[in-house]
Amino acid sequence: MYPRKFDYVAPSSLDEAFEALGDDSKVMAGGMSLIPLMKLRLFSPALVVDIARIPGLDTLDDKGDHITIGALVRHAETAASDLIRSNAAALSTAAALTGDVQVRNRGTTCGTMAHADAVADQPAGALACGAVMIAQSASGTREIPASEFFVDSLTSALNPDEILTSIRIPKSGDGEGSAYDKLGRRGGRSDYAVAGAAAWVKRSNGSITEARVAVTGIGTKPTLAEGVAEALIGTDGSASAVEAAAERALEGVTVLEDLYGSEEYKSHLAKVYAKRAINQALASI
Amino acid sequence: MEVSMTVNGRAVSADVEPRTLLVHFLRENLRLTGTHVGCETGYCGACTVHVDGKAVKSCTMLAVQAEGADVKTIESLASNGNLHPVQEGFWERHGLQCGFCTPGMIMASVALLDENNNPSEDEIRHGIEGNLCRCTGYHNIVRAVEYAGAKMRGEEPPPPDWEGGE
Ligand SMILES: Cc1cc2nc3c(=O)[nH]c(=O)nc-3n(C[C@H](O)[C@H](O)[C@H](O)COP(=O)(O)OP(=O)(O)OC[C@H]3O[C@@H](n4cnc5c(N)ncnc54)[C@H](O)[C@@H]3O)c2cc1C
Ligand code: FES
Ligand code: FES
Repeated sequence: MYPRKFDYVAPSSLDEAFEALGDDSKVMAGGMSLIPLMKLRLFSPALVVDIARIPGLDTLDDKGDHITIGALVRHAETAASDLIRSNAAALSTAAALTGDVQVRNRGTTCGTMAHADAVADQPAGALACGAVMIAQSASGTREIPASEFFVDSLTSALNPDEILTSIRIPKSGDGEGSAYDKLGRRGGRSDYAVAGAAAWVKRSNGSITEARVAVTGIGTKPTLAEGVAEALIGTDGSASAVEAAAERALEGVTVLEDLYGSEEYKSHLAKVYAKRAINQALASI
Repeated sequence: MEVSMTVNGRAVSADVEPRTLLVHFLRENLRLTGTHVGCETGYCGACTVHVDGKAVKSCTMLAVQAEGADVKTIESLASNGNLHPVQEGFWERHGLQCGFCTPGMIMASVALLDENNNPSEDEIRHGIEGNLCRCTGYHNIVRAVEYAGAKMRGEEPPPPDWEGGE
């Protein structure tokens, strides 16, 4: 199974990459989604711009109050990083549960954001952890909050001439914790999310003061479930408060049935996983 | 376009189309047909090889992405007629039936044991999650990897199931 013919360049700097990118081109990072789509001929770009040879994009850095994940950091590296695990557990777990060993060795955390698959894992982690996407092009740099980045199925807020050069994640402070959990297509937590949720919570003096909960797998895009967060804030995070808040997981989401579950089943799962993710996040504080 | 890499310790180069997948480059240009093509969608793992020491699916990688890389295929494992411990494990513990998944299964298992030569059964199953076998039901594959791990640690492998093992 071959893709249609295309031209290929592997620039050695961002400037060269910006120059190469045009109307009918695609950025390639790990290729774990792009190559399958090109083989199925759902995408047939005239030019593939492979960013894997650009130096400086492969680092995961501690920048004091935040962490940056460069465009070439693979899922396996995100999953193995102590820095990510201790500051953004939801993203760390989502990376560890993305695909399989071979997929994690090539696919990139930034790539899965840019790809914006409605059933992907790490976008939910990025939403819950309050990530900011750093998009660069020849005309400058834009900082896009995760909450504005996922636009629709396979559509992010990136313009075709932009490269997502890194993701910035705030470091976690006192009383903060996050978690991700999902049901995978192959059962357990294996493969794409049939439904999944990420939660980030902040607790002080026994009550929840801030929260972000995101659901994935069930609709057209990974989405912040704002109603859940709203319902959680001000509560003590007791089992009943969490259960009641998770009931609002579908607000603002268009649930779509697919081969892996009916609308009813997915709606049910979204609440179950929102509840689990919140409880795990609270338990981690 | 021109691509050069090291495959099983040998420097190779060729003129390929950008759309040439690494698996086809290995099988058709280099005639290394030990690496199999199963699903071609990235799911079955039959095409697993090592690129710079990491297990990858060579049907979901372009040959040009491997420019300058160190690639190892199933053909690199045995030396001087001696099987690699993982190959020996698959032989000794009947880790295969039709054998179609086996080269990929073995390359995934070698990568797993290179990182951790004493994995639990859960870790083995998780480590080969990206490799599908339609014959064995995985049971004997897990036993084969346990056998290989023991060999690599210099220990006596557990007895086979049919002699009172697990
Ligand atoms: C067998 C298999 C199982 C999988 N299972 C899962 C799973 O369980 N959960 C899950 O979430 N995902 C899963 N995936 C998808 C995987 O996570 C992909 O690696 C990821 O979606 C894409 O990252 P990449 O670096 O490979 O991007 P590529 O495939 O290179 O690119 C994907 C898209 O994003 C764009 N892009 C990539 N990087 C950038 C960038 N830096 N700037 C701008 N645009 C960019 C490309 O132009 C393309 O449109 C699976 C994939 C496979 C093959
Ligand atoms: S042939 Fe590559 S994963 Fe199936
Ligand atoms: S032995 Fe036949 S597919 Fe695994």
